[in-house]
Amino acid sequence: MIEFSIWTILQYLAQGLGWTLCLSLLAFVLGGAVGGGILLARIATYPLLRVFARGYIEFFQGTPLLMQLFMVFFGLSLLGRDVSPWVAAGFSLTLYSAAFLAEIWRGCVEAVDRGQWEAAASLAMSRWEQLRHVILPQALRHAVTPTVGFSVQIVKGTAVTSIIGMTELTKTGSILANATLQPFTIFGMVGLGYFLLCYPLSRLAHYLERKLNVLAAH
Amino acid sequence: MSLLRIDSVHKHFGSHHVLKGVDLKVEAGEVVAIIGRSGSGKSTLLRSINGLETLSDGLIEVDGERLHAGQTDMRALRLKVGMVFQQFNLFPHLSVVENVMLALGVVKKMARSQARECAHAVLDKVGLSHKLDARPGQLSGGQQQRVAIARALAMSPKVLLCDEITSALDPELVSEVLAVVRQLAGEGMTLVMVTHEMRFAREVGDKVVFMHEGRIHEQGTPEQMFGAPRSRELAAFIGALGG
Repeated sequence: MIEFSIWTILQYLAQGLGWTLCLSLLAFVLGGAVGGGILLARIATYPLLRVFARGYIEFFQGTPLLMQLFMVFFGLSLLGRDVSPWVAAGFSLTLYSAAFLAEIWRGCVEAVDRGQWEAAASLAMSRWEQLRHVILPQALRHAVTPTVGFSVQIVKGTAVTSIIGMTELTKTGSILANATLQPFTIFGMVGLGYFLLCYPLSRLAHYLERKLNVLAAH
Repeated sequence: MSLLRIDSVHKHFGSHHVLKGVDLKVEAGEVVAIIGRSGSGKSTLLRSINGLETLSDGLIEVDGERLHAGQTDMRALRLKVGMVFQQFNLFPHLSVVENVMLALGVVKKMARSQARECAHAVLDKVGLSHKLDARPGQLSGGQQQRVAIARALAMSPKVLLCDEITSALDPELVSEVLAVVRQLAGEGMTLVMVTHEMRFAREVGDKVVFMHEGRIHEQGTPEQMFGAPRSRELAAFIGALGG
Protein backbone atom coordinates (compact mmCIF):
# COMPACT_ATOMS: atom_id res chain seq x y z
CA MET A 1 0.00 0.00 0.00
CA ILE A 2 1.25 3.42 -0.91
CA GLU A 3 1.08 6.16 1.67
CA PHE A 4 -0.55 9.36 0.44
CA SER A 5 -0.10 12.59 2.28
CA ILE A 6 -3.23 14.67 2.67
CA TRP A 7 -1.69 17.23 0.32
CA THR A 8 -1.17 14.70 -2.42
CA ILE A 9 -4.77 13.60 -2.07
CA LEU A 10 -6.03 17.15 -2.19
CA GLN A 11 -3.90 17.84 -5.25
CA TYR A 12 -5.37 14.88 -7.14
CA LEU A 13 -8.86 15.82 -6.09
CA ALA A 14 -8.34 19.42 -7.18
CA GLN A 15 -7.25 18.11 -10.57
CA GLY A 16 -10.38 15.97 -10.78
CA LEU A 17 -12.48 18.95 -9.76
CA GLY A 18 -10.89 20.94 -12.56
CA TRP A 19 -11.90 18.30 -15.13
CA THR A 20 -15.41 18.19 -13.71
CA LEU A 21 -15.59 21.94 -14.10
CA CYS A 22 -14.29 21.78 -17.69
CA LEU A 23 -16.74 19.07 -18.61
CA SER A 24 -19.62 21.01 -17.03
CA LEU A 25 -18.72 24.20 -18.86
CA LEU A 26 -18.41 22.33 -22.13
CA ALA A 27 -21.79 20.66 -21.64
CA PHE A 28 -23.41 23.94 -20.63
CA VAL A 29 -22.03 26.03 -23.48
CA LEU A 30 -22.39 23.48 -26.27
CA GLY A 31 -25.64 22.18 -24.78
CA GLY A 32 -26.94 25.75 -24.71
CA ALA A 33 -26.03 26.28 -28.36
CA VAL A 34 -27.60 23.00 -29.51
CA GLY A 35 -30.52 23.59 -27.14
CA GLY A 36 -31.15 26.97 -28.75
CA GLY A 37 -31.43 25.23 -32.10
CA ILE A 38 -33.75 22.58 -30.69
CA LEU A 39 -35.87 25.34 -29.14
CA LEU A 40 -36.24 27.06 -32.52
CA ALA A 41 -37.26 23.75 -34.09
CA ARG A 42 -39.67 23.06 -31.23
CA ILE A 43 -41.57 26.32 -31.80
CA ALA A 44 -41.19 26.39 -35.60
CA THR A 45 -44.18 26.67 -37.91
CA TYR A 46 -43.08 23.58 -39.89
CA PRO A 47 -44.72 20.56 -38.26
CA LEU A 48 -41.83 18.26 -39.22
CA LEU A 49 -39.31 20.34 -37.29
CA ARG A 50 -41.60 20.42 -34.27
CA VAL A 51 -42.04 16.65 -34.35
CA PHE A 52 -38.29 16.13 -34.59
CA ALA A 53 -37.58 18.48 -31.67
CA ARG A 54 -40.28 16.89 -29.55
CA GLY A 55 -38.95 13.42 -30.24
CA TYR A 56 -35.42 14.56 -29.43
CA ILE A 57 -36.45 16.14 -26.13
CA GLU A 58 -38.60 13.19 -25.11
CA PHE A 59 -35.86 10.68 -25.89
CA PHE A 60 -33.17 12.47 -23.87
CA GLN A 61 -35.51 13.29 -21.01
CA GLY A 62 -36.98 9.82 -20.94
CA THR A 63 -33.78 7.76 -20.79
CA PRO A 64 -30.98 7.70 -18.19
CA LEU A 65 -27.90 9.79 -18.90
CA LEU A 66 -25.77 6.72 -18.22
CA MET A 67 -27.48 4.81 -21.01
CA GLN A 68 -27.02 7.77 -23.39
CA LEU A 69 -23.35 7.79 -22.50
CA PHE A 70 -23.02 4.06 -23.27
CA MET A 71 -24.87 4.52 -26.55
CA VAL A 72 -22.43 7.19 -27.66
CA PHE A 73 -19.30 5.49 -26.30
CA PHE A 74 -19.99 1.98 -27.53
CA GLY A 75 -22.17 2.99 -30.45
CA LEU A 76 -19.45 5.06 -32.07
CA SER A 77 -16.92 2.29 -31.42
CA LEU A 78 -19.20 -0.12 -33.25
CA LEU A 79 -18.95 2.12 -36.29
CA GLY A 80 -15.25 1.47 -36.23
CA ARG A 81 -14.44 4.79 -34.60
CA ASP A 82 -12.40 4.57 -31.46
CA VAL A 83 -13.74 7.42 -29.38
CA SER A 84 -11.85 8.88 -26.49
CA PRO A 85 -13.75 9.17 -23.21
CA TRP A 86 -13.50 12.95 -23.58
CA VAL A 87 -15.34 12.98 -26.89
CA ALA A 88 -17.97 10.52 -25.73
CA ALA A 89 -18.52 12.36 -22.44
CA GLY A 90 -18.62 15.80 -24.03
CA PHE A 91 -20.89 14.60 -26.80
CA SER A 92 -23.46 12.87 -24.63
CA LEU A 93 -23.52 15.59 -21.96
CA THR A 94 -24.07 18.16 -24.71
CA LEU A 95 -27.00 16.24 -26.19
CA TYR A 96 -28.46 15.69 -22.73
CA SER A 97 -28.16 19.34 -21.65
CA ALA A 98 -29.53 20.53 -24.99
CA ALA A 99 -32.74 18.55 -24.50
CA PHE A 100 -33.38 19.90 -21.01
CA LEU A 101 -32.41 23.48 -21.82
CA ALA A 102 -34.61 23.48 -24.94
CA GLU A 103 -37.56 22.29 -22.87
CA ILE A 104 -36.92 24.85 -20.11
CA TRP A 105 -36.67 27.63 -22.68
CA ARG A 106 -39.77 26.48 -24.53
CA GLY A 107 -41.72 26.94 -21.33
CA CYS A 108 -40.30 30.46 -21.00
CA VAL A 109 -41.27 31.34 -24.58
CA GLU A 110 -44.76 30.01 -23.99
CA ALA A 111 -45.08 32.05 -20.81
CA VAL A 112 -45.00 35.19 -22.95
CA ASP A 113 -48.55 36.33 -23.69
CA ARG A 114 -49.93 35.41 -27.14
CA GLY A 115 -50.94 39.05 -27.57
CA GLN A 116 -47.25 39.94 -27.80
CA TRP A 117 -46.83 37.75 -30.90
CA GLU A 118 -49.98 39.25 -32.38
CA ALA A 119 -48.96 42.84 -31.69
CA ALA A 120 -45.57 42.24 -33.29
CA ALA A 121 -47.20 40.46 -36.24
CA SER A 122 -49.65 43.31 -36.73
CA LEU A 123 -46.63 45.62 -37.14
CA ALA A 124 -45.60 43.51 -40.14
CA MET A 125 -42.69 41.81 -38.39
CA SER A 126 -41.72 38.38 -39.71
CA ARG A 127 -41.92 35.46 -37.33
CA TRP A 128 -38.18 35.58 -36.73
CA GLU A 129 -38.32 39.34 -36.03
CA GLN A 130 -41.22 38.81 -33.63
CA LEU A 131 -39.21 36.18 -31.80
CA ARG A 132 -35.93 38.09 -31.83
CA HIS A 133 -37.18 41.54 -30.80
CA VAL A 134 -40.33 40.90 -28.79
CA ILE A 135 -40.61 37.34 -27.49
CA LEU A 136 -37.06 36.26 -26.64
CA PRO A 137 -36.14 39.38 -24.62
CA GLN A 138 -39.18 38.73 -22.45
CA ALA A 139 -38.63 34.97 -22.30
CA LEU A 140 -35.03 35.55 -21.24
CA ARG A 141 -36.19 37.11 -18.01
CA HIS A 142 -38.16 33.97 -17.16
CA ALA A 143 -35.29 31.75 -18.32
CA VAL A 144 -32.36 32.97 -16.24
CA THR A 145 -33.26 31.32 -12.97
CA PRO A 146 -34.21 27.83 -14.21
CA THR A 147 -31.22 27.83 -16.57
CA VAL A 148 -28.76 28.54 -13.78
CA GLY A 149 -30.65 25.98 -11.70
CA PHE A 150 -30.18 23.37 -14.41
CA SER A 151 -26.43 24.02 -14.52
CA VAL A 152 -26.33 22.36 -11.07
CA GLN A 153 -27.83 19.23 -12.66
CA ILE A 154 -25.12 19.31 -15.31
CA VAL A 155 -22.33 19.49 -12.76
CA LYS A 156 -23.75 16.49 -10.89
CA GLY A 157 -24.48 14.71 -14.17
CA THR A 158 -20.79 14.74 -15.14
CA ALA A 159 -20.19 12.13 -12.41
CA VAL A 160 -21.52 9.33 -14.66
CA THR A 161 -18.69 9.87 -17.12
CA SER A 162 -16.35 8.30 -14.55
CA ILE A 163 -17.73 4.95 -15.77
CA ILE A 164 -16.10 5.29 -19.18
CA GLY A 165 -12.82 6.38 -17.66
CA MET A 166 -13.00 10.15 -17.44
CA THR A 167 -10.74 11.02 -14.53
CA GLU A 168 -13.01 13.75 -13.28
CA LEU A 169 -13.82 14.22 -9.60
CA THR A 170 -15.74 10.98 -8.96
CA LYS A 171 -13.28 8.80 -10.86
CA THR A 172 -10.32 10.43 -9.11
CA GLY A 173 -12.09 9.80 -5.83
CA SER A 174 -12.61 6.11 -6.50
CA ILE A 175 -8.99 5.64 -7.57
CA LEU A 176 -7.81 7.34 -4.38
CA ALA A 177 -10.27 5.36 -2.28
CA ASN A 178 -8.86 2.11 -3.64
CA ALA A 179 -5.30 3.22 -3.08
CA THR A 180 -5.72 4.60 0.42
CA LEU A 181 -8.41 2.21 1.64
CA GLN A 182 -10.20 5.18 3.17
CA PRO A 183 -13.29 5.41 0.98
CA PHE A 184 -15.41 7.27 3.49
CA THR A 185 -12.95 10.12 3.94
CA ILE A 186 -12.15 10.34 0.25
CA PHE A 187 -15.76 10.33 -0.93
CA GLY A 188 -16.60 12.82 1.79
CA MET A 189 -14.05 15.11 0.19
CA VAL A 190 -15.43 14.35 -3.27
CA GLY A 191 -18.89 15.32 -2.06
CA LEU A 192 -17.51 18.54 -0.64
CA GLY A 193 -15.94 19.25 -4.02
CA TYR A 194 -19.29 18.95 -5.83
CA PHE A 195 -20.89 21.07 -3.17
CA LEU A 196 -18.27 23.79 -3.70
CA LEU A 197 -19.24 23.91 -7.38
CA CYS A 198 -22.98 23.62 -6.96
CA TYR A 199 -23.71 25.74 -3.93
CA PRO A 200 -22.60 29.05 -5.49
CA LEU A 201 -24.69 28.19 -8.55
CA SER A 202 -27.86 27.64 -6.56
CA ARG A 203 -27.18 30.82 -4.57
CA LEU A 204 -26.77 32.63 -7.88
CA ALA A 205 -30.08 31.22 -9.11
CA HIS A 206 -31.84 32.48 -5.97
CA TYR A 207 -30.15 35.85 -6.22
CA LEU A 208 -31.13 36.29 -9.87
CA GLU A 209 -34.67 35.23 -9.13
CA ARG A 210 -35.02 37.90 -6.45
CA LYS A 211 -33.33 40.52 -8.55
CA LEU A 212 -35.46 39.83 -11.64
CA ASN A 213 -38.62 39.89 -9.53
CA VAL A 214 -37.67 43.31 -8.20
CA LEU A 215 -36.98 44.52 -11.74
CA ALA A 216 -40.28 43.12 -12.98
CA ALA A 217 -42.14 44.94 -10.22
CA HIS A 218 -40.94 48.29 -11.54
CA MET B 1 -62.41 51.65 -56.01
CA SER B 2 -62.84 50.77 -52.37
CA LEU B 3 -59.80 50.92 -50.12
CA LEU B 4 -60.84 47.75 -48.32
CA ARG B 5 -62.83 44.99 -49.96
CA ILE B 6 -63.98 41.86 -48.17
CA ASP B 7 -65.35 39.30 -50.58
CA SER B 8 -67.37 36.25 -49.43
CA VAL B 9 -65.07 35.49 -46.55
CA HIS B 10 -65.58 32.24 -44.66
CA LYS B 11 -63.85 31.14 -41.50
CA HIS B 12 -64.04 27.76 -39.79
CA PHE B 13 -62.57 26.93 -36.41
CA GLY B 14 -62.66 23.16 -36.60
CA SER B 15 -66.32 22.30 -37.12
CA HIS B 16 -67.38 25.75 -35.96
CA HIS B 17 -68.40 27.98 -38.87
CA VAL B 18 -67.68 31.49 -37.55
CA LEU B 19 -67.84 33.64 -40.69
CA LYS B 20 -70.41 32.50 -43.23
CA GLY B 21 -69.73 34.58 -46.30
CA VAL B 22 -69.02 38.17 -45.35
CA ASP B 23 -68.95 40.95 -47.96
CA LEU B 24 -68.00 44.48 -47.05
CA LYS B 25 -66.58 47.53 -48.76
CA VAL B 26 -64.87 50.38 -46.97
CA GLU B 27 -63.96 53.60 -48.77
CA ALA B 28 -60.89 55.69 -48.00
CA GLY B 29 -61.57 58.01 -45.09
CA GLU B 30 -64.62 56.08 -43.97
CA VAL B 31 -65.22 55.18 -40.33
CA VAL B 32 -66.96 51.84 -39.94
CA ALA B 33 -68.26 50.56 -36.63
CA ILE B 34 -68.95 46.82 -36.38
CA ILE B 35 -71.45 45.95 -33.70
CA GLY B 36 -73.11 42.71 -32.62
CA ARG B 37 -73.33 40.17 -29.84
CA SER B 38 -70.26 38.33 -28.64
CA GLY B 39 -69.80 35.26 -30.80
CA SER B 40 -71.31 36.96 -33.83
CA GLY B 41 -67.91 36.85 -35.59
CA LYS B 42 -67.11 40.56 -35.45
CA SER B 43 -63.71 40.16 -33.81
CA THR B 44 -62.79 37.28 -36.10
CA LEU B 45 -63.71 39.40 -39.11
CA LEU B 46 -61.55 42.26 -37.88
CA ARG B 47 -58.61 39.95 -37.15
CA SER B 48 -58.92 38.45 -40.64
CA ILE B 49 -58.33 41.83 -42.23
CA ASN B 50 -54.66 41.84 -41.20
CA GLY B 51 -54.16 38.10 -41.36
CA LEU B 52 -54.20 37.31 -37.65
CA GLU B 53 -56.84 34.76 -38.63
CA THR B 54 -56.31 32.87 -41.86
CA LEU B 55 -59.25 32.70 -44.23
CA SER B 56 -60.99 29.42 -44.93
CA ASP B 57 -62.39 30.86 -48.14
CA GLY B 58 -62.85 34.21 -49.85
CA LEU B 59 -60.69 37.22 -50.48
CA ILE B 60 -59.66 40.40 -48.72
CA GLU B 61 -58.05 43.28 -50.58
CA VAL B 62 -56.57 46.37 -48.97
CA ASP B 63 -55.29 49.08 -51.28
CA GLY B 64 -54.46 46.54 -53.98
CA GLU B 65 -52.84 44.04 -51.58
CA ARG B 66 -54.66 40.72 -51.65
CA LEU B 67 -55.16 38.08 -49.01
CA HIS B 68 -56.40 34.64 -50.08
CA ALA B 69 -57.38 31.53 -48.21
CA GLY B 70 -54.27 29.55 -47.29
CA GLN B 71 -51.91 32.48 -47.73
CA THR B 72 -49.10 32.60 -45.19
CA ASP B 73 -47.05 35.65 -46.15
CA MET B 74 -48.92 38.57 -44.64
CA ARG B 75 -46.15 41.15 -44.60
CA ALA B 76 -47.28 43.30 -47.54
CA LEU B 77 -50.85 43.32 -46.28
CA ARG B 78 -49.86 44.17 -42.71
CA LEU B 79 -47.81 47.14 -43.91
CA LYS B 80 -51.12 48.64 -45.04
CA VAL B 81 -53.18 47.70 -42.01
CA GLY B 82 -52.59 48.84 -38.44
CA MET B 83 -54.21 47.25 -35.44
CA VAL B 84 -55.02 48.28 -31.88
CA PHE B 85 -55.95 45.54 -29.41
CA GLN B 86 -58.29 45.34 -26.47
CA GLN B 87 -55.43 44.44 -24.11
CA PHE B 88 -53.04 47.09 -25.56
CA ASN B 89 -50.28 44.47 -26.01
CA LEU B 90 -47.49 46.98 -25.56
CA PHE B 91 -44.00 45.48 -25.33
CA PRO B 92 -43.30 45.60 -21.58
CA HIS B 93 -39.51 45.31 -21.94
CA LEU B 94 -39.31 48.50 -24.02
CA SER B 95 -39.93 52.14 -23.15
CA VAL B 96 -42.82 54.04 -24.67
CA VAL B 97 -40.72 55.57 -27.42
CA GLU B 98 -38.99 52.25 -28.15
CA ASN B 99 -42.37 50.56 -28.48
CA VAL B 100 -43.19 52.98 -31.27
CA MET B 101 -39.71 52.87 -32.84
CA LEU B 102 -39.21 49.10 -32.92
CA ALA B 103 -41.05 48.19 -36.12
CA LEU B 104 -39.87 51.38 -37.85
CA GLY B 105 -36.32 50.11 -37.46
CA VAL B 106 -36.89 46.39 -37.87
CA VAL B 107 -39.50 46.40 -40.63
CA LYS B 108 -39.08 49.73 -42.38
CA LYS B 109 -35.29 49.79 -41.88
CA MET B 110 -35.52 53.40 -40.78
CA ALA B 111 -32.41 54.93 -39.21
CA ARG B 112 -32.66 55.34 -35.43
CA SER B 113 -32.70 59.12 -35.46
CA GLN B 114 -35.41 59.20 -38.09
CA ALA B 115 -37.45 56.55 -36.27
CA ARG B 116 -37.15 58.55 -33.06
CA GLU B 117 -38.38 61.67 -34.80
CA CYS B 118 -41.31 59.79 -36.26
CA ALA B 119 -42.11 58.27 -32.84
CA HIS B 120 -42.02 61.70 -31.20
CA ALA B 121 -44.47 63.02 -33.76
CA VAL B 122 -47.07 60.28 -33.26
CA LEU B 123 -46.68 60.30 -29.48
CA ASP B 124 -47.21 64.03 -29.54
CA LYS B 125 -50.37 63.46 -31.51
CA VAL B 126 -51.80 61.17 -28.82
CA GLY B 127 -50.69 63.60 -26.12
CA LEU B 128 -47.91 61.50 -24.60
CA SER B 129 -44.75 63.28 -25.62
CA HIS B 130 -43.96 63.73 -21.91
CA LYS B 131 -43.88 59.93 -21.34
CA LEU B 132 -41.26 58.91 -23.90
CA ASP B 133 -39.01 57.04 -21.49
CA ALA B 134 -41.68 55.55 -19.25
CA ARG B 135 -42.25 51.79 -19.25
CA PRO B 136 -45.73 50.61 -20.25
CA GLY B 137 -46.21 49.26 -16.72
CA GLN B 138 -45.91 52.76 -15.31
CA LEU B 139 -48.77 54.13 -17.41
CA SER B 140 -52.53 54.08 -16.86
CA GLY B 141 -54.63 51.89 -19.13
CA GLY B 142 -55.77 54.90 -21.12
CA GLN B 143 -52.21 56.06 -21.65
CA GLN B 144 -51.11 52.55 -22.65
CA GLN B 145 -53.86 52.36 -25.23
CA ARG B 146 -52.85 55.75 -26.64
CA VAL B 147 -49.27 54.48 -26.97
CA ALA B 148 -50.65 51.43 -28.79
CA ILE B 149 -52.50 53.72 -31.18
CA ALA B 150 -49.33 55.75 -31.72
CA ARG B 151 -47.35 52.56 -32.36
CA ALA B 152 -49.80 51.52 -35.07
CA LEU B 153 -49.96 55.00 -36.60
CA ALA B 154 -46.18 55.29 -36.82
CA MET B 155 -46.23 52.65 -39.56
CA SER B 156 -48.53 54.94 -41.61
CA PRO B 157 -51.20 52.34 -42.30
CA LYS B 158 -53.95 52.89 -44.83
CA VAL B 159 -56.52 51.38 -42.49
CA LEU B 160 -56.55 51.23 -38.71
CA LEU B 161 -58.37 48.33 -37.07
CA CYS B 162 -59.59 48.81 -33.51
CA ASP B 163 -60.65 45.69 -31.63
CA GLU B 164 -62.79 46.80 -28.67
CA ILE B 165 -60.07 49.18 -27.66
CA THR B 166 -61.91 50.65 -24.69
CA SER B 167 -63.32 47.40 -23.26
CA ALA B 168 -60.41 46.77 -20.90
CA LEU B 169 -60.33 50.33 -19.57
CA ASP B 170 -61.74 51.76 -16.37
CA PRO B 171 -64.75 53.93 -17.27
CA GLU B 172 -63.01 57.20 -16.45
CA LEU B 173 -60.20 56.39 -18.92
CA VAL B 174 -62.43 55.63 -21.90
CA SER B 175 -62.94 59.20 -23.04
CA GLU B 176 -59.23 60.04 -23.51
CA VAL B 177 -58.88 57.09 -25.89
CA LEU B 178 -62.06 57.89 -27.76
CA ALA B 179 -60.89 61.49 -28.13
CA VAL B 180 -57.81 60.24 -29.99
CA VAL B 181 -59.95 58.06 -32.26
CA ARG B 182 -62.32 60.97 -32.90
CA GLN B 183 -59.35 63.14 -33.85
CA LEU B 184 -58.06 60.47 -36.27
CA ALA B 185 -61.50 60.16 -37.85
CA GLY B 186 -61.57 63.93 -38.26
CA GLU B 187 -58.20 63.82 -40.04
CA GLY B 188 -59.56 61.38 -42.59
CA MET B 189 -58.04 58.13 -41.28
CA THR B 190 -59.87 55.04 -42.48
CA LEU B 191 -61.06 53.21 -39.39
CA VAL B 192 -62.73 49.86 -38.87
CA MET B 193 -63.66 49.30 -35.27
CA VAL B 194 -65.40 46.63 -33.29
CA THR B 195 -67.02 48.45 -30.42
CA HIS B 196 -69.52 48.29 -27.60
CA GLU B 197 -69.58 52.06 -27.33
CA MET B 198 -72.83 52.61 -29.20
CA ARG B 199 -72.97 56.31 -28.58
CA PHE B 200 -69.48 56.65 -29.98
CA ALA B 201 -70.28 54.48 -33.00
CA ARG B 202 -73.26 56.70 -33.64
CA GLU B 203 -71.25 59.88 -33.27
CA VAL B 204 -68.13 59.18 -35.36
CA GLY B 205 -69.25 56.27 -37.55
CA ASP B 206 -70.04 56.90 -41.21
CA LYS B 207 -71.33 53.37 -41.46
CA VAL B 208 -72.53 50.89 -38.87
CA VAL B 209 -72.35 47.16 -39.61
CA PHE B 210 -74.41 44.76 -37.53
CA MET B 211 -73.08 41.21 -37.43
CA HIS B 212 -75.28 38.33 -36.47
CA GLU B 213 -74.45 34.61 -36.55
CA GLY B 214 -71.41 34.98 -38.79
CA ARG B 215 -73.02 37.24 -41.36
CA ILE B 216 -73.50 40.93 -41.90
CA HIS B 217 -77.13 41.12 -41.03
CA GLU B 218 -77.71 44.77 -41.66
CA GLN B 219 -75.63 47.83 -42.48
CA GLY B 220 -76.33 51.52 -42.98
CA THR B 221 -75.74 54.99 -41.63
CA PRO B 222 -75.86 55.39 -37.85
CA GLU B 223 -79.17 57.25 -38.20
CA GLN B 224 -80.79 54.36 -40.09
CA MET B 225 -79.29 51.66 -37.92
CA PHE B 226 -80.06 53.17 -34.53
CA GLY B 227 -83.10 55.23 -35.54
CA ALA B 228 -84.95 52.81 -37.76
CA PRO B 229 -83.55 49.28 -37.66
CA ARG B 230 -85.06 47.14 -40.40
CA SER B 231 -84.47 43.69 -38.97
CA ARG B 232 -85.91 42.25 -35.79
CA GLU B 233 -82.45 41.05 -34.68
CA LEU B 234 -80.92 44.52 -34.84
CA ALA B 235 -83.89 46.07 -33.09
CA ALA B 236 -83.59 43.44 -30.37
CA PHE B 237 -79.83 44.04 -30.07
CA ILE B 238 -80.24 47.80 -29.76
CA GLY B 239 -83.19 47.36 -27.42
CA ALA B 240 -81.20 45.06 -25.18
CA LEU B 241 -78.54 47.74 -24.86
CA GLY B 242 -81.17 50.18 -23.66
CA GLY B 243 -80.31 52.52 -26.56
